[in-house]
Amino acid sequence: MSTNEAALRLEGVRKSFGSVEVLRGVDLDVGEHEVVCLIGASGSGKSTLLRCVNLLERIDAGRIFLLGEEIAHGVDANKVRRRVGIVFQAFNLFPHMTVLRNVTLAPTKALGKHRAEAEAEAMALLERFGLADKRHEYPDRLSGGQQQRVAIVRALAMRPDLMLLDEVTSALDPELVAEVLNVIQELAEAGMTMVIATHEMSFARDTADRVCFLDAGRILEQGPPEEIFTRPREPRTQQFLERIIAAGRL
Amino acid sequence: MSVDAETGRANRRSRILGDLQGGRNIAVAVASTVVFFAVVVLVVVNSAGWPEVRKAFFDRQLFTDSFPEIARAFLLNVRIFCIAEVVILVAALGIAVLRGLPGPVLFPFRLLAVVYTDLFRGIPTILVIYILGFGAPALQLSGVPNSPFFWGVTALVLVYSAYVAEVYRAGIESVHPSQEAAARSLGLSHAKTLRFVIIPQAVRRVIPPLLNDFIGLQKDSALVALIGPIEAFRQSQIDVAATFNYTPYLATALLFLLLTIPLARLTDWLVARDRRRQSAGGAR
Repeated sequence: MSTNEAALRLEGVRKSFGSVEVLRGVDLDVGEHEVVCLIGASGSGKSTLLRCVNLLERIDAGRIFLLGEEIAHGVDANKVRRRVGIVFQAFNLFPHMTVLRNVTLAPTKALGKHRAEAEAEAMALLERFGLADKRHEYPDRLSGGQQQRVAIVRALAMRPDLMLLDEVTSALDPELVAEVLNVIQELAEAGMTMVIATHEMSFARDTADRVCFLDAGRILEQGPPEEIFTRPREPRTQQFLERIIAAGRL
Repeated sequence: MSVDAETGRANRRSRILGDLQGGRNIAVAVASTVVFFAVVVLVVVNSAGWPEVRKAFFDRQLFTDSFPEIARAFLLNVRIFCIAEVVILVAALGIAVLRGLPGPVLFPFRLLAVVYTDLFRGIPTILVIYILGFGAPALQLSGVPNSPFFWGVTALVLVYSAYVAEVYRAGIESVHPSQEAAARSLGLSHAKTLRFVIIPQAVRRVIPPLLNDFIGLQKDSALVALIGPIEAFRQSQIDVAATFNYTPYLATALLFLLLTIPLARLTDWLVARDRRRQSAGGAR
């Protein structure tokens, strides 16, 4: 796959925190409209990888391309981030703003859109995901599932080229997980390019075009979900999946 | 919801009254208060020096005579701290933001902010007022007022901005880093993240300690008298010197209390309200 075709391309990405090397040379290509799920144990580097793509963390070595353009070095990070949406495990909504203001803040203040235009677009998104009636609520009045859906809408309002989802259901009560996964499913069907770190294996199996197994800061194995989940080649992948199955998560 | 409101009311009451539940407890509290203050009054009134003190401090005629003039002078105190408070709110926020600037290039600004706060928190307010009040006019700077009022207010602004900047900084640091990450991840610059996400949350949290500093500032407005302006304290000194009676001081104290006590109660109420919100799980 040439650089031009990939929505996202990582080459030899390395990242250390102090003496701990979290990413040890990650190579990854994500095609346009492709949904890639990152699986792996806690501490394998999934979250760090996503934060590096959004430039919340600066990589120590390697290169990152967004639609063919190198973004990791010498580029205005703010401009890159406007094109790369990220949704966090803990929602991170702005508690002092209503739902509508949460969604319109970045379009008005970072993109310079007029308030009326931003609000109209925000309302369309909120309606699409069944949140229109919550537009004047503050985040602490919403359930976890609603908060996470608002966080997804907030990222979508920037019309990103790429969405990064960092274990977005891990902080939710079990009965609230489905509503958030349905939103992601819908985005996948609409053709959104996404990289998703997740512990929800059945979701990964149903939604992902490709699954990458991260182990100790490297992508150890990747392929279509049916291949990874039924015929993993690497012993480490097999062990990981066995533990997941034993925990009843697949 | 109604349960929260119930406990909320109970909590607010208990801020001052302790745990007063049921008529019996209230009766005991009232009785013990009456007895306590009766004893204090009796001891004072029966002390050997009381007649003298009474004459020197509690002269009703002198009080009514001097009060209007002192109250008029007190308006100068009000002007001093009103102007100072507005400037401090802005200047201190600027200093707190300077101190939080990221990156090695901006180190000089951070250093400046640290030196400033260390310096002006370290020097007694009265010295700053003296140094500025008597020193600065001697510089004969063109375009800068030479009035002691101006330099007195400037001195208070310099000292209290250092304190209030630290209050702001504590507030800014109390906002969870994930809030900054969320704002930056949406493509907002550092400045816009501060302005729209961090500072609004920080300011809400620091309003009680901020008001606390302002109580201090209101009292310290009397220190400006030392370089000339005739505010309430200076006016009462003049009255005392004319009559050899200390009652005017009491009138001045009363005027200060009329402003500082409501502010203190408001501060307490805000703290209690925040605590209720936190325990109710609200983050607003």
